[in-house]
Formats: sequence, structure tokens, C-alpha cells
Amino acid sequence: MTYKMLDGNGAAVEAMKLARVKVVSAYPITPQSSIAEKLSELVAKGELDAEYIRVESEHTAMSAAAAAQLTGVRAATATSSVGLALMSEVVGLAAGCRVPIVMPVVNRALVAPWSLWCDHSDAMSVRDSGWLQFYCQNVQDVLDLMIMAYKIAEHEKVLLPAMVCLDGFFLSHSMQKVEVYDQKLVDQFIGEYIPKNTYLNTEDPMFICDLTPPEDFTELKYQQKVAMDNAVDVIAEVQDEFYRIFGRKSSIIEEYMTEDADAVLVALGSMSGTAKHVANEMRKRGLRVGVLKIVVYRPFPFKQIREALKAKKVVGVFDRSAGLGAQGGPVWTEVCAALRGLDIDIRGYVGGLGGRDVPETTIEKIFNELLDIYKGKRILHTNWIDVKDNAMEIREVLKVV
Amino acid sequence: MQRRPEKPMKTLKSCKVLGPVATIFDSANTGSWRIERPVVKFEDCIKCGTCARYCPANIIDIFKDERECVVIDYYYCKGCGICANECPVGCIEMVDERSARKNDLQNA
Repeated sequence: MTYKMLDGNGAAVEAMKLARVKVVSAYPITPQSSIAEKLSELVAKGELDAEYIRVESEHTAMSAAAAAQLTGVRAATATSSVGLALMSEVVGLAAGCRVPIVMPVVNRALVAPWSLWCDHSDAMSVRDSGWLQFYCQNVQDVLDLMIMAYKIAEHEKVLLPAMVCLDGFFLSHSMQKVEVYDQKLVDQFIGEYIPKNTYLNTEDPMFICDLTPPEDFTELKYQQKVAMDNAVDVIAEVQDEFYRIFGRKSSIIEEYMTEDADAVLVALGSMSGTAKHVANEMRKRGLRVGVLKIVVYRPFPFKQIREALKAKKVVGVFDRSAGLGAQGGPVWTEVCAALRGLDIDIRGYVGGLGGRDVPETTIEKIFNELLDIYKGKRILHTNWIDVKDNAMEIREVLKVV
Repeated sequence: MQRRPEKPMKTLKSCKVLGPVATIFDSANTGSWRIERPVVKFEDCIKCGTCARYCPANIIDIFKDERECVVIDYYYCKGCGICANECPVGCIEMVDERSARKNDLQNA
């Protein structure tokens, strides 16, 4: 057993190295840059036996990675925010062509306002693109979920690419003690890369992603839907196997003190750690609160969430993206859909945008509101939980008149 | 213009794959888009080859020694009519595709 001090990006690189990626095509973008940098260092030093392709954009990064993986090796890339947005055309291609790439997405707000800091609007913008999505709570999660993601994505019943989402700076740049696994054990766990579907080989040519007429399009899309459905069981199997080999438990959703809770907060990403800590503190004061952490967002674990929350009266959902124009944030709308028909008061909270910290005070404010709603002392909740009172007046300019 | 595998593969095994993929390379039957088809009156043709040079799809062949010296590949001819327009003696006529097809069937 080896422990290392790693930040989230370092853990992602460690996982790619352990998975023995053979091609890297990454374009640096804050806060993902150190992934691209560390991978290039490893290749330059000969510590990673891979081809490093210097690409000119994220669009090419994914194009090269997808094509490389189709030749029969694991390919690596990573991105963030507007990089993911620029990549998004090819994100859909990788999913539709069933190329099981595993890609860390270092969560950072989409523009505008221009930001370098964390929220989930980037990953949420591609949530329906046919990729699996995992959200990490801490740096150990980054390593673990990356390693599991290879096995899940490449499973013959799945064959879908996977995003492992880690909160920009909060995880990508925070050093934590991480248990790094033995190369032999990882080799044994994920195995050598074997292309199980289509491949690119000049001796035996295939034309991948040819023009598909309306006669076949629906069926090919349905194949992806079936893969998403299959993924739920495969994820559970792989998490069990991971526990047996590496001794670390993981689950699709994590129920934290929800059993007897009067109010449960649904969260994902690094803020779920804060939420659990706040739940601990409030429990000490006799307040029955709990947290439901979503680890796997795609496929969305609607059955698990329904089962976990069916007996609750009040549930809050914390979205780290605005869901503009929608009735609420994306996580809230999907939790509502999962709980439809049940007599549950589901309150959506939006916060932690563009790098705004989600401190204990914010979470505690939410829990207090939810408990008040539970007791019937309160009707309305604060939808945008951490917005400043002067939101409409924070900029003033001098104009020539 | 390949309508079968480029070369016979050594061992052919049929297997199911997922996603958009093809191993038989076939090009679109652009001739099916045609509303009018060019028909050559060979008695007036001076075998100059102008039609072949102007054909944007490059599907007209000229055989100067043959009586029917202009051969149009109707599998790909979209019926654009450029050949008929460019012919210096006006010996290419654009005829209605449906009636031409009916004639083809009757003559077959």
C-alpha cells in the first residue's frame, strides 16, 4: 500500500498512467492544465510509454483521442469548461461511435461572465451526450472513479465513454493524501485494452461514422440507450469488484444519515463532503439531517434515489449550475422526475457558481430552511441560496453623455 | 464508385457491432435523383467529346469508333442537363425520366 500526496489533477494522471494509456492528446486549459503538463512530462521522461500528440484545440484533442482509441489502444485526454464546449461536437461522436474513452473533466464555469473557477455548468451542458458521468467528492475519488471508469466504459454491455468530473481548484488543485494502488493489481482489474466493437485497421477496413439515413438512426441511438440502461448494473458490479480488490467502498449514490432524517440534501461533487460535515455537526445538536450524494449522474440513478427518498417529507437539491430558463437546476429537475407521484416537498437550491465557495454556513442555511419547511414554519425557500442582496446593482460605469 | 468490398477478405466472419459503421463501400445512387435524362441522337453526333468534358460528375465516356459513341452512366447521372446545353450540335435531348423508364421496361 502506497500513499502519495496528490492533487485532483495528479490523481487523474496517476489513474491514466496505471491504465497504461498509449496515446495522449490533450490541450491545456485552466484548471485542467497540470493534467496535460504532467502527462507530457511522464512521456518525455519515458515513465509513460505513450505517444503525446500536441493538438491545437480541444476539438482536435477529442478527435485524435477517439481515432487513436479505435486503433486498439487506450487514449487519454482531459478538459474543462469552454474546452469541453469547443469539444462538444466530438464528445457526441465518441459516444455515438461507442469509443470508451475515459476523460477527466475539471469542472469550471462556462462563459460568460468569464471565469476560471468551479461550477458544474460545463459537465451539465453535455449531460445528455451519451457519456457516463461520475462526480468526485475528494481526491481519492478521482483516482478510484477513474480506474473504475475504465472497466465500466470498456465493458462489452456498455461501450460508452466516461467523464470523471472533479471540481476545479477545490479538487484539481487541493493536495490530499491518496492511496495509490499497485500497478499489478490495476492491470489485473482493468486488463489490457481489447477493442470489443469497431476498430480501425488498414488490413481490414471499416468506415466508422458513415452517413446514417433515417431508416437506421433511431436504432443506433436506441443502442446507446440500452447501453446506458446496462451501465447501472455494470457499475454496481465493478464497484463491488473494486471493493474486493482494493478494499475501498463505492456506490452509485451514497446515503449519509438519511435513514431517520427529517430533511435530506442531495448534492454532488466536492460540496457533498462539506454537506456531510455539516450534517455531523447539526446531528450533534440533535437536528436530524442527512445527505444523499450522487456519484453517478449518467446514467441517472432514478431508481436508487426514489428508493432512498421515498419515505421523506422534505428534500433539498443543490445545483452547482444555474439551469437558466428551466424551472430549476438540472439535478433538481431530475430528482423531481425520479420522485414523481410521491408526496415529497422537493426544494431546488442554486449556488456555488463560478467558484463561489460553498461553506458550512451555506449548507447549514439550507438545512435550517428545509427543517423549517418540515415543521411547517416556512413556505418559501431561498432558491439562489448564496446570491448577494445587491445582485442587480453590482456594476456601475461612467458613460460619455 | 465501388459497389462491393475492395478485395475479398481472407476469412470473412459475420459479427454484430454497435454504432454507425460500414465495411461494404457503396456510393449513393445519385442517378435516382434525376428528373430528366440526357438522350443522345447518335446520327447527329460529331463525336467532339464536349459533353464528356463538361459533365460535372465525370460519368460520360466517348468511344469514337463506336456508332453509339457517347456512353452515359445513368447510375450516377443526376440529369443536370449541362451536356445538353453545351453540345455544339444540340444532339442531346433531355427527356422526362419517368417516361424514359417506362420505355426501358417495355424494351427490356
